[in-house]
Amino acid sequence: MPTKIGEVIEASTTEFTAQCYELHRPPPFGSLVKTREGEVEIYGVVCSAETTSIEPGRRPIARGGEEAEEEDIYRSSPQLAKLLRTDFSALVVGHGEGLGGGENEKGEKINHYLPPRPARIHSFVYLCEPEEVEKFSRSFDFLSILVGTGGQADELIAATLRHTAAAHRDPRDFLVMAGKELALLLSGETNRLNTILRRIRG
Amino acid sequence: MEETRLGIVVSGSLTKGVEVRLDSATSVEDMAVGRYVTIEGEKRRFFGMITDVELDAIDPRLMTAPPDVSDPFIAEVLSGTSTFGRLHVLPQLTMGGDALSLLEGPQQVKTVPTHFSVVREASEQDVERVFGQVEEKQFYIGTPLDMETKVRLNPAELVKRSNGIFGKSGTGKTFLARLILIGILQEGAAVNLVFDMHSEYGWEGTSEEGRKVKALKQLFPSKVAVFALDEESARRRKVSTDFVVEIGYDEIEPEDIAMLRETLGLTEAAVQATYRLARRFGERNWLESFLAIEGREELNELAQSLGEHEATLAALHRRLETLRRLSFLVPHARDNAIQRILEYLDRGINVVLEFGRYTDIAAYILVANLLTRRIHERYRERMERAMGEDTAKPRPLVITIEEAHKFLSPDISGQTIFGTIAREMRKYNVTLLVIDQRPSGIDEEVMSQLGTKITCLLDNERDIESVLTGVSGKSGLKSVLAKLDNKQQALIFGHAVPMSVVVRTREYGSPQSYKELGIREAVELKKKAEEEAEGLWG
Repeated sequence: MPTKIGEVIEASTTEFTAQCYELHRPPPFGSLVKTREGEVEIYGVVCSAETTSIEPGRRPIARGGEEAEEEDIYRSSPQLAKLLRTDFSALVVGHGEGLGGGENEKGEKINHYLPPRPARIHSFVYLCEPEEVEKFSRSFDFLSILVGTGGQADELIAATLRHTAAAHRDPRDFLVMAGKELALLLSGETNRLNTILRRIRG
Repeated sequence: MEETRLGIVVSGSLTKGVEVRLDSATSVEDMAVGRYVTIEGEKRRFFGMITDVELDAIDPRLMTAPPDVSDPFIAEVLSGTSTFGRLHVLPQLTMGGDALSLLEGPQQVKTVPTHFSVVREASEQDVERVFGQVEEKQFYIGTPLDMETKVRLNPAELVKRSNGIFGKSGTGKTFLARLILIGILQEGAAVNLVFDMHSEYGWEGTSEEGRKVKALKQLFPSKVAVFALDEESARRRKVSTDFVVEIGYDEIEPEDIAMLRETLGLTEAAVQATYRLARRFGERNWLESFLAIEGREELNELAQSLGEHEATLAALHRRLETLRRLSFLVPHARDNAIQRILEYLDRGINVVLEFGRYTDIAAYILVANLLTRRIHERYRERMERAMGEDTAKPRPLVITIEEAHKFLSPDISGQTIFGTIAREMRKYNVTLLVIDQRPSGIDEEVMSQLGTKITCLLDNERDIESVLTGVSGKSGLKSVLAKLDNKQQALIFGHAVPMSVVVRTREYGSPQSYKELGIREAVELKKKAEEEAEGLWG
């Protein structure tokens, strides 16, 4: 059973943002998460996470001057946890058209391209289990979506590959194959390719 | 059995050959020029030769800032993707997929395979299909690189045109020539007349390692006669000679001297003077009479009466004096060498003329030209008579000459008999087997008339260029030719082979090889003996 980690609070075709149920515990950068829109399961890779005050105008203030341990701050002001929130965003990298159930059952087809509709607000977000990650990453088509995102795309690609590789039986073999795919996608951008390769080598 | 997949066709043209991008699993280091590949086109199969291997990269920046390949991971990722190997393949034959084309067998290529056709290593069966149509009258010359299939030549086809064997010195021209001669001889496709400059075709020769190697007369005693110019040398080497050749001064004509122009360093005026001398003293006596003149004054007188420049005549006299050193030249020959040679040839016996110690080029050119001219004349007469009277044509004759560029250089090939033979091909049933190390010295017109060319390693650009004159896919074959091994490898192309092929030439010189070569001879002899026995006892 995949772990429920949060709830969608903002969604577009290419991206969705979710609030974590647990403060300071967003899914790791580059990990695979999923949510659903009706019958469609939407997969995303975590591309950023942030913890902020729940009210945009109120910034937290430093409180630990008198405390010995960081944890003591939260202990002495338990309301703090309620005034802060952790959000994370995920880039949509594919979707599965399942017949039912929350789980991704065998025989379900995973498409490595954008879903027809964005995720619904308040949909639950789950962290994918290694088996599902393995299944999702049997094709490298999702890499082309990541390559084109701009910003920290290279960091994101490297992190995603590191995560997905761990789900495979032979991580090195997987990374070599992924590297070859990237070499073709980034054929004119040798520097980017090198940057990514250096970040994913064992 | 599935042959190894090498890559896919990515571009190309019929004239220049196709480009093949290697799969990432294929290492360029496993490739070699001269090897065969098959290309699986949409409708037909192509058969081609690798003519170049190239490294390429998807992005030129990769070359200027090479990645950190000390990391095996990065090296593995990049190989075959960002960096990859490319093959240049020259398609040569094609085979359609339908039943009719299966019957027809491989055809010359007239198109190229489609994009992304799969390229595989050619299997033994593929090569067998091309070269292996075993017919009775074929002669095995070697095997393609890394293969067991035998490449065969058809001697009867071969002798229909003049052929050439080329290669740097020490690359095995002589060995190849011996093999070809044996092939022609065994099948009785033609009789050979070999002008054997270094005395290595008739009797024993030595291999480069100093091992003694048997030659024609030892292998086929009943079919080969050794003629010698130098009896002493032959006797010393314990060669059983059949005839000692002498040439009379009276047989030398001004044309024969003209051929020596370059070798003797004669001026054009001096050559013209020989014709005047011949008119003055008579065709048969001019050389003897001219050489008999001793004093300077006498020579000057002659010059005046002929209207020649004195210095010209003096120089001519001095140069022709060198001919006196050749002791096979005598005032009057005791026997007619030409007649003898023809007699042997008519009986189907191959003649090897050994030069013994007369290895200088002047003697070689003089004798080869003189004999060939007369023999060719006779052949022509007979051939014409045969055509007119519908009688039997003379046996096809193959004349083997070494140092061919001395006979067939652009300046003189128009005049020499060899130039004529090379050009008129088999009209008169006489063809050439030219052996040479400087093919660039041979007239282009003659080169283009050669039917089959067998060439060992050549590294001079001009030599390579001249050998490949008029061959399709020249640029591709160039690199193949320049990369042949020093020994036992040759590129064969032209009339007698279905496609250009690099062969590892068959062994020659070991007892086993003689046995293989001689088997046919032995079988024939036995058959003949049986027939005779039957005839005897009724």
